[in-house]
Amino acid sequence: MPSAFRVAWTIASKDLLLEFRSRTAFLSSLIFTALVLAIFNFARDPTAVSTVDIAPGILWITFSFAGLLGLNRAFALERENRALDGLLLAPASRTGLYLGKALANLVFVGTVEAIALPLFAIFFNMPLLPVLGPLVVVIALATIGFVAVGTLMSAMAVNTRFAELMLPVLMLPFLMPPITGAVQVTSKLFGGRPFSEVVAWLKLLTGYDIVFIVLCILVFEYTLDE
Amino acid sequence: MTPTQNAERALRRSAFFMGLGLLLVAAVYVRALRFTPLEATQGPAQKIFYLHVPSAWVAFLAFGLVGVCSALYLFLKDVRLDRAAASLAEVGVVFTTVVLVTGPIWAKPIWGAWWTWDARLTSTLFLWFIYFGYLVLRSAVQEPGRRARYSAVLGILGSLLVPFIHVSVLLFRTLHPKAVVLNPSGPTLPGSMLATLLFALAVFTVFFFSLVAHRYAQATLAEARDAAREEADDAR
Repeated sequence: MPSAFRVAWTIASKDLLLEFRSRTAFLSSLIFTALVLAIFNFARDPTAVSTVDIAPGILWITFSFAGLLGLNRAFALERENRALDGLLLAPASRTGLYLGKALANLVFVGTVEAIALPLFAIFFNMPLLPVLGPLVVVIALATIGFVAVGTLMSAMAVNTRFAELMLPVLMLPFLMPPITGAVQVTSKLFGGRPFSEVVAWLKLLTGYDIVFIVLCILVFEYTLDE
Repeated sequence: MTPTQNAERALRRSAFFMGLGLLLVAAVYVRALRFTPLEATQGPAQKIFYLHVPSAWVAFLAFGLVGVCSALYLFLKDVRLDRAAASLAEVGVVFTTVVLVTGPIWAKPIWGAWWTWDARLTSTLFLWFIYFGYLVLRSAVQEPGRRARYSAVLGILGSLLVPFIHVSVLLFRTLHPKAVVLNPSGPTLPGSMLATLLFALAVFTVFFFSLVAHRYAQATLAEARDAAREEADDAR
């Protein structure tokens, strides 16, 4: 039996190749992200609330909505022609399947974020370059946790009635700790606060990632119909 | 005795305990309203304490047990554990709703606001969201085996999420000193109030388990009847 990591790699590259050839989900996620950013600009009173105060929240609400849209795709893809049954019949570990799906989701959401971030900086006139390094770390930490739980949830949600509605209902409570942490760190970075103020949040984000990645790997096989 | 008759008997038994539990709850109120002194600063508003705190206790108990039953279900694949988790979650959501309704009623005259984003309030609110989602998920999956597995997975994840939410809010507060930190560590309760509270806690626990047992018996009966009907169809 091939190792879990090789399985993960094969599945992720298959998913990403499919996505690269059609680009439908990717382009719609991207346009959606740009639209949300643009609309958020008008969802505030610029004379009352300064951009710096509200921008980190806007960034993370946008990221999580865009991520939620992308997550539905991972297992919806396998429903057609019962492709998931084929994957399950293959002599491949369930952990590999989960990691592969999560990796493809991570690349998908990460790419949308990578394009949305400069757009955010332009739209809201935020000085991105001085904080880019730490900001990327925070985005990575929050996105990894989000994708780890989201991949598991989407594997279940896709087999329920009202799948598109079910995923956000199940998923949004799980976004509360990563979003809180990410928004706090982001606003402190843009506010030029000392590193010591964000350490606790980074610990929380890391702890969340570790706990939920391990847990999701352990329980993923129970979301599959054998 | 057939499984259906067994289940019907269990249902009658749990109904009896539920009635007993209700009587005891009434006794809690008689004691709380008539025989427990008024709190000096809060006045009658404090009486809601004897409904709010026991409800919160059984709500958190319920969801802790949902997590335990869920984890055990994935190991043992015993359908009774799934049924227990579902009954616990359902009754737990009801008590969480009681907590979320009684809290603001007390908070408005005492704190001056219906709601604040304190750690306990936020955790309880998200507890409600998670387990409401749990019940929605159960209703959205038809096939029983799949429903049991999915809800067990969500039950386990949910019970681990609550501590993370609690810590998030604690950090959120300590890093924002301007926010009003609500310190619930008030003066220790005088004996008569403590006695009423402990009585209420015990009664609510009994009442809670009788409700769960009743829901469990109903679910067992429904399944037994379905099975009997199928058998009869096959025999025809």
